Amino acid sequence: MKTYDIVIVGGGPAGLAAAVAAKEAGNDSILILERDHELGGILNQCIHNGFGLHTFKEELTGPEYAYRFIKQVLDLGIEYKLNTMVMDIAPDKTVTAMNREDGMFTIPAKAVILAMGCRERPRGALNIPGYRPAGIFSAGTAQRLVNIEGYMPGREVVILGSGDIGLIMARRMTLEGAKVKVVAELMPYSGGLKRNIVQCLDDYGIPLKLSHTVVDIEGKDHVTAVTIAKVGPDRKPIPGTEIRYTCDTLLLSCGLIPENELSRSAGVKMSPVTSGPVVNESLETNIPGVFACGNVLHVHDLVDYVSEEAKRAGENAVKYINEGCRDSENQDFIEIAATDGARYTVPSSINLDRMSDLLTVRFRVGDVYKDSFVSVYFDDERILHNQKRIMAPGEMEQIILKKSQLKEHEGLKKITVKIEAE
Amino acid sequence: MEKRELTCIGCPMGCQLTVTMENGEVTGVTGNTCMKGDIYARKEVVNPTRIVTSTVKITDGDKERVSVKTASDIPKDKIFDVMKDIDAATAKAPVYIGDVLIENVAGTGVSVIATREIAKV
Ligand SMILES: Cc1cc2nc3c(=O)[nH]c(=O)nc-3n(C[C@H](O)[C@H](O)[C@H](O)COP(=O)(O)OP(=O)(O)OC[C@H]3O[C@@H](n4cnc5c(N)ncnc54)[C@H](O)[C@@H]3O)c2cc1C
Ligand code: SF4
Repeated sequence: MKTYDIVIVGGGPAGLAAAVAAKEAGNDSILILERDHELGGILNQCIHNGFGLHTFKEELTGPEYAYRFIKQVLDLGIEYKLNTMVMDIAPDKTVTAMNREDGMFTIPAKAVILAMGCRERPRGALNIPGYRPAGIFSAGTAQRLVNIEGYMPGREVVILGSGDIGLIMARRMTLEGAKVKVVAELMPYSGGLKRNIVQCLDDYGIPLKLSHTVVDIEGKDHVTAVTIAKVGPDRKPIPGTEIRYTCDTLLLSCGLIPENELSRSAGVKMSPVTSGPVVNESLETNIPGVFACGNVLHVHDLVDYVSEEAKRAGENAVKYINEGCRDSENQDFIEIAATDGARYTVPSSINLDRMSDLLTVRFRVGDVYKDSFVSVYFDDERILHNQKRIMAPGEMEQIILKKSQLKEHEGLKKITVKIEAE
Repeated sequence: MEKRELTCIGCPMGCQLTVTMENGEVTGVTGNTCMKGDIYARKEVVNPTRIVTSTVKITDGDKERVSVKTASDIPKDKIFDVMKDIDAATAKAPVYIGDVLIENVAGTGVSVIATREIAKV
């Protein structure tokens, strides 16, 4: 087996953008490993439009957006292997993978970029009582069935969870002739974009019931009815508020989690908040030379940010190969902490020497905040205090740090991002 | 005087807009926090339009279906007519991004174009 400098695990938008950036940064020894039979990742099944407004200044569908990057990968002659599953990444960056033609093979890489994306939260985690009849799908599985295979999972649908994939599927199945009876959301707010609530639910008169959950699923072999109930502030169902809907399909759209089994077995340190790796300013994990980007790092709602982040990971991987490991024993890291409503930040530490002139720090808030402030503290001093009309858990926030500004604060140990009422 | 309630999609605020109309003409918009909401509301009550995306059946291709979209927005009340034409259509591989698969879909004057590549087998 040929050896490569950079092995990229996953050929979705993150892996593709990282590969293009690494090639453009001057490295010619790059291999993308993708377990699916085509490049493009999950975007291939996201046939609706709304992608790429930031990157291409036009509204593309998922497949069109993916193709822009696939085309660059092909034009640049970057190597890739399809139908190839990465089985293991060793701490010394030896990648073990498997496919039909090559069987099991190993590549001792100099740098590895994790770009495995995310998957939907499994139903087991949802704790819905009742039998396990057929007719229950995750919204993403339904999206694949309808959009790729052209197969309709059912005709009368109830959707649990108001994440964007669920909202998009409510419209999609309605367009194909199904009756979507209700979307029930456990939280008092929707995790989906306003635009999707209006254009996927309101347009078709589909009711959205906030603070509701499924309490009963009927049907032994196949779903025949679903009962939902209102929940109190403790998120427990309130007796007497049940509503029963006859249906043949229940779609679950209850959030995404980064797919990190490989990272864990490689010894990559994980964040309990994002379920993704903990990374520094270079998007590098605790293992020097192992980088992460896209949904495997933290769940993104806009693919544009995935591409932008992946570009940085690709460039930094090349830098790492050219310059070697740049961490010395007694090096000072500046920690970035998220508190008071800010749930996490990516990255979560900065090495000032390696930091670029401008660094984008992304984070999410844990609740809906109106007319609140995003504050940034350098140790105890507040250096940024920006009012935002609205912040919501479903939308990623960002701040931009200037290297010059960090340098002015000599001996800076900790940067804190928090949400303040005033 | 007629009143219409809308949710602005311009940003996550999701302002609840009230549009007042007289003889089909907008006389006022309230509830918006910024101008974007005003512009959105006027367009949405007078001439709401949408892009429609779906898939079309393929013959002789390396995939069963090709994803498609309307090349520009179509009137909102034509969505289901457009879907009827899309569901009735088939296309022959190969297909390239941007290929016109249906012309003047449902009499809207807009074409339906492919959004991915399908190779011939
Ligand atoms: C079901 C689903 C539906 C979505 N729908 C939308 C939507 O409608 N709109 C939207 O804006 N965003 C949507 N998203 C978010 C969307 O995934 C991101 O915007 C973007 O695709 C993330 O890019 P990525 O490259 O990080 O991940 P992905 O696109 O998920 O790509 C990861 C790739 O890694 C591969 N891979 C994983 N593990 C291995 C392994 N061990 N070996 C080899 N290859 C591997 C996968 O096969 C996949 O191709 C959706 C996500 C999911 C999970
Ligand atoms: S009116 Fe302005 S502030 Fe309100 S939702 Fe629309 S764009 Fe946002």
